[in-house]
Amino acid sequence: MGFHDTFFKEEHMKKKGFATIVLLVLLMAGNAFLFAGGQQDVKSTAGDGEVTEIVYWQYYYETKKDLVDTLIGMFEAENPDIKVVHQTFPYEQYNTKVASSVPSGTGPNVINLFYGWLPTYIDSGYLQPLPQQTFSNERIESEFFPLVSAAKFEGSYYALPTAVRSLALFWNKDLFKEAGLDPEQPPRTVAEMIGFAKKLTKTDRTGNYLQVGMTLELRAQMHQWLREVLLRQMGGAPYSDDNRTVTYANKAGYDAFRFFTNLHLVEKIGMPNFMTDDVTAFKSGTMGMTVDGSFRLGTLDAVSTLNYGVAELPEMNGVKSNFASFWANGITSYTTGKQLEASVKFLEFLTSDTAMAMWLKQVGELPAKKDLAMKDEYRNDPKYGPFIRGLEYAVATKFIDENVQRKVWIDAWDEVVLNGVSVEAAVNQAAKTEQQLLDNYYNK
Amino acid sequence: MIRQKTASHSLELTKRRWAYTFLVVPILFYVVIRFYPTFYAFFLSTTDWDIVSKNKDFIGLENYRNLFSDALFWKTLGNTGKYVAYGLPVSLFLGFVIAYNIDRIRLGEGFFKAVYFIPYITSMVAVAWVWRWLYQPAPIGVFNKILMELELPQQKFLFSQTQAIFSILATTIWADIGFQMIIFLAGIKGISTQYYEAAEIDGAGNWDQLRYVTLPLLKPTIVFLIVTGTIRYLRIFTQVLNMSYQGEGGPLNSTKPLVLYIYDTAFRSFDMGYASAMTVVLFLIILTITLIQLRVMKSEE
Repeated sequence: MGFHDTFFKEEHMKKKGFATIVLLVLLMAGNAFLFAGGQQDVKSTAGDGEVTEIVYWQYYYETKKDLVDTLIGMFEAENPDIKVVHQTFPYEQYNTKVASSVPSGTGPNVINLFYGWLPTYIDSGYLQPLPQQTFSNERIESEFFPLVSAAKFEGSYYALPTAVRSLALFWNKDLFKEAGLDPEQPPRTVAEMIGFAKKLTKTDRTGNYLQVGMTLELRAQMHQWLREVLLRQMGGAPYSDDNRTVTYANKAGYDAFRFFTNLHLVEKIGMPNFMTDDVTAFKSGTMGMTVDGSFRLGTLDAVSTLNYGVAELPEMNGVKSNFASFWANGITSYTTGKQLEASVKFLEFLTSDTAMAMWLKQVGELPAKKDLAMKDEYRNDPKYGPFIRGLEYAVATKFIDENVQRKVWIDAWDEVVLNGVSVEAAVNQAAKTEQQLLDNYYNK
Repeated sequence: MIRQKTASHSLELTKRRWAYTFLVVPILFYVVIRFYPTFYAFFLSTTDWDIVSKNKDFIGLENYRNLFSDALFWKTLGNTGKYVAYGLPVSLFLGFVIAYNIDRIRLGEGFFKAVYFIPYITSMVAVAWVWRWLYQPAPIGVFNKILMELELPQQKFLFSQTQAIFSILATTIWADIGFQMIIFLAGIKGISTQYYEAAEIDGAGNWDQLRYVTLPLLKPTIVFLIVTGTIRYLRIFTQVLNMSYQGEGGPLNSTKPLVLYIYDTAFRSFDMGYASAMTVVLFLIILTITLIQLRVMKSEE
C-alpha cells in the first residue's frame, strides 16, 4: 500500500497531472514562440560605396534552394554593391517562422510566399505594394499571365512569381493499352474522358474497385477542377468579378456538382480515397487518369515502372479552363532606403527571362511571363507543353483560406454521397459557408 | 527541550532553504517556457491576432462569444467527449484484464508483456498509417477482405460518419492498452502476498480475492490511470490527423477532436486569437476534470 501511495499519488498524480496540463497548453498555444530563437539580424550597411545587404526567405525545397543560390551569384556579379543573404526554412514551419520574426524586428526584405497566403500577409501590413516606377500595373499586366492578378489587392500588386503551376491530365499508357485504348491518344473532351475511364475501371464481383478510371479526389486537385474548370464549362463561375460573392448556388453550380458526384454514383469510374489518395493510386498503376500539377512530374518520373503521358485538361461544351497557382516574391513593409532599392533590383532579377528559363529547367515550374512561356521549345515540350498551353486560359482562384474553401466541397460530397442529401441543398450549404468566410474577410 | 527544538528547527530550515535553492532553477525554466506561453495564450484569446500581424488588437471576449455560436466547436467538443467516454473505459478494462492474466502466468510472462507493450512505444504516426490501410475497402484493406472471406458485408470504417470515430478509437485503444497494462501490472505486483494468504485462509476464492483484495488495493493505480488517461484522450490528435486524408477529421467532421480544430484554426487559418480561446476552454475543462478526480481520490483516503 505504501508503495502505491507515495509513488503513484504523490509523484505522478500531482506533478504529472499538472505538468501535463501546462505542457498541453504550451504545445498548442506556445508553439509560435518556441521558434523565435536563432535568426540573424541583418542590418543595412548603407553608405557611399558600401555594400547593401538584403535578406531573401523561401521555404526549403532542394532544387529551389540550389537554383536561387546560383541566381544570387549571378545577381551579385551584376550588382557588386548588393549582397543577398539567402535563408530557407522547412515548409511546415514557414509561417510560424515569419510570424516570430515580426515581433523581434528581424526578418527578410524579399520573401517568397504562396499566393493563397497573400490576403493574410497584406491585411496585416507585412508587405508593401511593389513600386510603380519599376513594376507598373501596365507592365505587369502586359508581360505576365493574367493569373498573377491574384496578387493584386485594391489596385496594387504586392508580389510577383518567377514561376507558376497549372493542371493537366496525366494518363497511364500501359493501362490504356491493356484496356484496348490507344496509348498515345489522351481524351480531348470530358465526355471522352469518362468513356475512357469506364474502360479503365476494374471491379471484382462484389463491385470493389481493383482499378479506378480516374481521380475523384476533391482533397487533392479535383476541387480546383470542379471550381475553376467544370463549373465554368457548365456555364457558371465560382465568384463574382470582385471575388466578394459566391456565385455557384444556381443551375450551373448544381449541374456541375451533380455531374461530378455522378461520376461516382452513376458512372462508377472511381471513388475518393482509393489507395488512400490519388497520387499513390496513380503511382502504383491502379488509376487510369489523374489531374495534377506540373510540380508532380518529378514525383512521377521517379517511379521507373510508370509509363505515363501528359495532356491538356479535356474541354467540354467548347470551353477550356484551368487552375493555376504560384509562389510569389514580395517586399516587406519595413524595407526602406537603399535596402528597398536593392530589393526591387533583386525582384526584377528574380522575374527576369533568364531566371524563369533556368527555373523551368531546374525546378520544373512554368515561366510566369507569356512571351517566354509561349516560345515553341517550351510550348511543344511533351511534358511541360500541356501545362504551358493551359496557362493561356488558367485562373488563379483568389483564395482567402484555401483549406476552408476546399473543405466546403469535400463536405458537400459527403452530404450527397454518404447522407443522400440533394445536390441543391449540399451546394447551397457550401455556398453559404464559403460566403461567410468571404464576408468575414472583406468586411473586416 | 526548547533549545533542542529550535536547533532541529533551524536545521530543518537550512535543509529547506537548500531545497528551495535547487528548485529555483527548474522553476525559472518552467516560467519561461511553460507558464509564460500559457498565460500568453490567455492574453491572445482576447485578440484577433492572425500570426503575421504586428498588432494584436484587443477584442475582449468576442472570440468566446463566437465560440458559442460556432457549430463546429460544439461538434468537435462533443467528439472529444466521445473519445474519452468510449476510449478510456475500454482501454482501462482491457488493460486490467491483460495485466491480471499476465500476473497469473509463469511461462512467457516477458513475452506477453512485450507483445502488448510494443504498440504503445510504436510511433503513433506509423500506427495510424498502418491501420488506415487496414481499414481500406477490399481488396486493399485486410479487415474488409476478411469480412468478404467470411461472406459478411463489407464495412466503410473510416469513410462512414458513424463508424469512423470508433475505427480511430480501436486503433487508439490498441496502442494504449500496453501502457495501462504495465501500470496495472506494477500495481498488482506491489500488493503484498500476505493479503492473499490471509484471504485464502478465510476461504476466499479467486473471484472474491479479485473483488475484495486486488481491486480495492489498486485504487490509487486506477485513479492515476483515469487521470492521465482522461488527459490523454482529451488531447487525441495524431491518430485523427493521420487517419483522415489531409487531416481533416472527416467524414463531415465526425472524427475531428477539439485539438485538431484548434490546430487547424491556428496553423492553417492563422486565426491565433480564436484558437487560443478554444485552448483556454480546453484548459479549463482538463483542469476541472483533474481537480474533481483528485478530490474524489482524496475523500476516499
